[in-house]
Amino acid sequence: MIIAEQKPLAEIKTLVTDAQKVLVVGCGTCVTVCFAGGAREAAITASSLRMASKLDGGPKEVTDVTVQRQCEWEYLDEIAQQVGEVDVVLSLGCGIGVQAMAEHFPNAWIVPGLNTSFLGLPTEQGVWAERCAACGDCILGLTGGICPIARCSKSLLNGPCGGSENGHCEINDEVPCAWQLIYDRLSSMGKLDRLLEIQPPKNWRTSRDGGPRKIVRPDLRLAGEEE
Amino acid sequence: MMTPQPNGNGNGYLSGSNLEKVLKNGHFAVTGELGPPQNADGEVIRKKAKLLKGNVDAVNLTDNQTAIVRMSSIGAGTIVVQEGLEPIIQMTCRDRNRLAMQSDLLGAYALGMRNLLCLSGDHQTFGNHPNAKNVFDMDSIQMVQMVAGMRDAKVFQCGEAFKGQEPRFFVGAAESPFANPIEFRPLRLGKKVKAGANFIQTQLIYDVEAFKTFMAKVRELGLHEKVYLLAGVGPLKSPTMARYMKDNVPGLRIPDQLIGRMEATGAPWAGKSKDELTKEDKKARSTAWQNEGIQICIELIQQIREIEGVAGVHIMAIEWEDAVKPIVEGAGLLPRPIV
Repeated sequence: MIIAEQKPLAEIKTLVTDAQKVLVVGCGTCVTVCFAGGAREAAITASSLRMASKLDGGPKEVTDVTVQRQCEWEYLDEIAQQVGEVDVVLSLGCGIGVQAMAEHFPNAWIVPGLNTSFLGLPTEQGVWAERCAACGDCILGLTGGICPIARCSKSLLNGPCGGSENGHCEINDEVPCAWQLIYDRLSSMGKLDRLLEIQPPKNWRTSRDGGPRKIVRPDLRLAGEEE
Repeated sequence: MMTPQPNGNGNGYLSGSNLEKVLKNGHFAVTGELGPPQNADGEVIRKKAKLLKGNVDAVNLTDNQTAIVRMSSIGAGTIVVQEGLEPIIQMTCRDRNRLAMQSDLLGAYALGMRNLLCLSGDHQTFGNHPNAKNVFDMDSIQMVQMVAGMRDAKVFQCGEAFKGQEPRFFVGAAESPFANPIEFRPLRLGKKVKAGANFIQTQLIYDVEAFKTFMAKVRELGLHEKVYLLAGVGPLKSPTMARYMKDNVPGLRIPDQLIGRMEATGAPWAGKSKDELTKEDKKARSTAWQNEGIQICIELIQQIREIEGVAGVHIMAIEWEDAVKPIVEGAGLLPRPIV
């Protein structure tokens, strides 16, 4: 899922500084699960902003609402009226949610309350870690289900660099060396021979490097929408 | 000065570089390292080149080493060529994509460079621009393959054929024998050889016994017959530096016995606080340490030279270039062969 974390209140305050009426919009999907932008966080953020603005001598009217999924326009219609009544919408969705709102409500000023961090999973209570870089050309079948693009600091494709030490990456003792993990996994499964093949340079065109990406599925398109 | 040798010169050499000739003619090779300055002063390179000339067969020009911005390896290498010393251009995957790598290599070849060392590169978070975006379009093994392909198949990485002169580099790669996973290191070396590496320079070796184990595996894989392996060595400057390196540099093993020797050398000044030591005391201690560091390095070279499959040594004495001559001389490796 998409992992995000809240921006500091000081930054949020500057984003809404000119507004009298603020609507905080939570999202019920990924950011709810990672405790960054669900209904609970939306309510807390709204309350914090109310208190902060009062202390700062310019009390703002701050309300909150949470939709099931900010990244799908059909879920946004239900808050159209509330959005129309405020000066600023503070989205607690991921970067996709913020943009979905901006696209759907052309006359509304939408600002982000979160920093969208990465695609990952909770590894333990309160800890999330990156797992996928959305490169558009999955190679997990070569590497035993451990992604060197997302998890090796240098996105190496042919094994560990010289910075792998005691299982961790050279950049930080807290970062496991992805290639040590891959080596251990393939070794335990008797598939080390897979690491001996030279992997050619990656085609990064399917990644962000090829420009903004889009998928069109003709089989799923409605007759009226076809070009 | 080297003269350009188009089309591999028909004499069996891949690049015709001095390093290649020394190795191919069966000499025990000696390479050095020259760290370009963090400024635009070419005189720094000239001074260091003068210290190294005649004592090494070729010298590595580091590429933004430890991710700190320095004069480019190709720019510095050009000055080294002018000084009559042969450069080994280092290039990392950190700062260039495949377009930049290839165009810089075309330029480097045109400027007279004939040796290239392909590296992944230290992560930029170590250096003085930790907020930079990194590249890592390719890894070092893919870079080796690309450069060998430019030379042997006369094609760019994309597969397009060259029109005109192709860059003919003697292609090198690095290996860190004791980095993790340690069992994979000889196999990874094999991948570099398969990719087309002609020579290998290793991380600093202080633990000769562990290196012998690594080399046994290298020989078992037959790699020593396919690639020239130069063992990395370097003089220790002080016991503090030795301990720091041991604790902080991945893949570096320094036996306690060697650190003990460095400490023993400083014994006459031991037990005194900083303030109790005069300037002369400190200088004398530093000289004693440096002499011992050089002596240890000489002994390491002598031991490493006995190991089957080692084709030379790569002496890393960065910011201590005047240590190279006494080391090479002490190891009985002067004069350098003229081939």
